[in-house]
Amino acid sequence: MQESGPPLIRIRGLAKSYHRGEQDIAVLLDIDLDVMPGEFVALMGPSGSGKSTLLNLIAGIDKPSAGTIEIGGIDIATLGEGALADWRAANVGFIFQFYNLIPVLSAFENVELPLLLTGLSARQRRERVAQVLELVALSDRAEHLPSELSGGQQQRVAIARALVTDPTLIVADEPTGDLDRATGEEVLSLLEQLVDELGKTIVMVTHDPKAAARAGRMVHLEKGVLVDDLGP
Amino acid sequence: MFLFRLLLKNAFRHRLRTLLTMVGLVVAVSAYGLLRTIVDAWYAGAEASSSTRLITRSATSLTVPLPLAYAERLRAVDGVSRVSWSNWFGGIYITERNFFPQFAVDPATYLPLYPEFRLSEAERVAWQRDRKGVIVGARLAQKFGWKLGDNIPLRGTIYSGTWNFTLRGIYEGADASVDENQMLMHWGLINETVRARSGRGDYVGVFVVGIRDPNNAGVISERIDAQFRNSLAETLTETEKAFQLGFVSMSEAILVALQAVSYIIVIIIMAVMANTMAMTARERLAEYATLKALGFGPAFVVRLLFGESLLISLIGGLAGLLLTLPLAAAFANTAGSLFPVFRVSASTMALQLAAAFVVGVVAAAWPAWKMSRIDIVAGLRHVA
Repeated sequence: MQESGPPLIRIRGLAKSYHRGEQDIAVLLDIDLDVMPGEFVALMGPSGSGKSTLLNLIAGIDKPSAGTIEIGGIDIATLGEGALADWRAANVGFIFQFYNLIPVLSAFENVELPLLLTGLSARQRRERVAQVLELVALSDRAEHLPSELSGGQQQRVAIARALVTDPTLIVADEPTGDLDRATGEEVLSLLEQLVDELGKTIVMVTHDPKAAARAGRMVHLEKGVLVDDLGP
Repeated sequence: MFLFRLLLKNAFRHRLRTLLTMVGLVVAVSAYGLLRTIVDAWYAGAEASSSTRLITRSATSLTVPLPLAYAERLRAVDGVSRVSWSNWFGGIYITERNFFPQFAVDPATYLPLYPEFRLSEAERVAWQRDRKGVIVGARLAQKFGWKLGDNIPLRGTIYSGTWNFTLRGIYEGADASVDENQMLMHWGLINETVRARSGRGDYVGVFVVGIRDPNNAGVISERIDAQFRNSLAETLTETEKAFQLGFVSMSEAILVALQAVSYIIVIIIMAVMANTMAMTARERLAEYATLKALGFGPAFVVRLLFGESLLISLIGGLAGLLLTLPLAAAFANTAGSLFPVFRVSASTMALQLAAAFVVGVVAAAWPAWKMSRIDIVAGLRHVA
C-alpha cells in the first residue's frame, strides 16, 4: 500500500561512530535512504553491519554523529531529549525481539501504558486498548500477565502496544527472533496486515531471509554501508 | 491511579525481599521510637515543670538541709507569692523493686503551688486532718491496687523504722505530663519524729518558691540567694526546670548514647533500604529503557523509583510506629516507677514517620538519578 508523494523517512549523509578511548569506531557511513509512507522495509545484514544502529536512529532513541534524519518533515537529529521523547510517543511504535513488556502489568495494562502520555480519559483509553487487543486477537487474554502468555501472544501484545497510539511509523527489532517458525509467520502476517489495512510504515531489522522476504523492500547493510536496496 | 497500581505491583514484585526490608523498617522505626520515648521520659520531669516555681536548696549540696526558718525570709522577698518545702523520704514499700518517689511536704502550702495535682476537696481535707495520712498519684494507686483508707507501710532508709501511713487521697494529673507516681506525706510528722529521736529538727530538703511573674525568675533567684549569702547555709535558687535538668545531666552520657544509637539504627536501615532499591533498579534497567523509548521522560522513571521506595518505607514506618505503642506499654510496665511519665509523644510519632520518609527518599535518590540518565540503547541491550 505504497503511496506517492514525499517520503516519510528521508535520510541523508547519516553517519554514526562511537568513541572507545581515543579511537573512533565508525558504525554507519554516509547513509542515504528514503522510505515512503506505507512501506514495509526489512533491514538486513550480518552482525555488526549497523542495521540495529540505523533502526535506533530512525526510532529516535540514538543520536547520529552526522547527517539528517527527516521523518514526516522533522529532522529528529536536531531535537532535544524532551522533544524527542514527545516525538517518539506520538509518532513511533516499538516492537522488540524480547517483547519488553512490563511483567507486573496485565496485557491490557501493558497496551494502555503509552496512552498515559496522551490526553485521553480513562474511558477513552479503555476503548482504544480494547480495539487494538481485538485487532491482534487477544481480547480474551486482556487480564493475563505476560508470564501467562506464550511468546507469540506476548509479541502480539507488544504489537498492540506499538499500535495503540496510532503512530505513523513502527520499528521492529528482530520481531520473530525469539519465536518458532509458525508463530513467527503469524507475527509477520500481522505486520503485513498493519501495512496493508492500516497503512502503517514498518522498518524491521531481521537476520532471517524468509522474514525479510515478507517485507516489500529489503535494504542490505555491510560494515556500515548500504550495499543493496531491493525495492518492491 | 495507574501509576499507583504500578507502584504497588512493583513494590511487591519480589515479595520476600520487600517483606524482609519492611521487617527491618518495622524493627528500626519501633526501636527509634522506643529509644526516643526513653529519652523523653528522662526529660519528662523538666518538661512538666512550672515556670512559676523556683527551687531553693543548699548551695553546698542537695543532701545538706536548710533551716525551716528561711521560709519567712523567702516570703518577704519581692516577687515571691508562696513558699513551701519538701524532704525526700526514700522509703521502701515491701521491696526495693517497688521504688516510687515519696516527699514529706507541708500540705497547706504545698498543694496550692501544684495546681496540676487534681485532688477532691473532701480528700484534701481528710489528708490535712490526718497526720499519718498520705496522698498518691492515680497511676501509683492503680499499680498497687490501693484504695482510700488502706494502710501503706514504708520501711525508712533515711528516716529509720517502719512507717505506717493511711491513704487519704488519690490525685490525678491535669494532663498526661504530670507525674502520677508520687506519694506525699506530712512533713510535720517526719519532723516531729526526727526531733524526738535526735533533738534536731526544723530542717527541710528544698524550698518550693512560687513567683508572680515567670519573666523575673532570674532576678528573684538572685534576690533569694543574696539574702543568705555569707550565712552558714547559703542557698542556690533556680527554676524548677533547671533543677530537674540538673538530675537529667547526671545521666547525660547515657542519654547521648541512646540518642546516638537511635540515629545509627535509622542510618543502618537506610543502607539496607538503599541496597534494596539499587538491586530493584538494576534488575529493571531494560524496563526503564523501554519506558523511555515509548516516550516517558526521566521524571517518570524518577517517580517510579521514589514512589516505590516511599511506599515500602512508609508502610514499614507506619507498622513500626504502631508497634511502638504496645512496646512502650510493655517497657513502662517492666520499668515500673523508674519513669514517672512514659508515653510515646506525638512529636516522637511524627519523627518516626519523618525518619521512614527520609529513609525512603535517600534510598531512592541514587538509583533514581542513575536510572533517569540511562542510555536507551544500552538499556534495551541489557535485556538481550
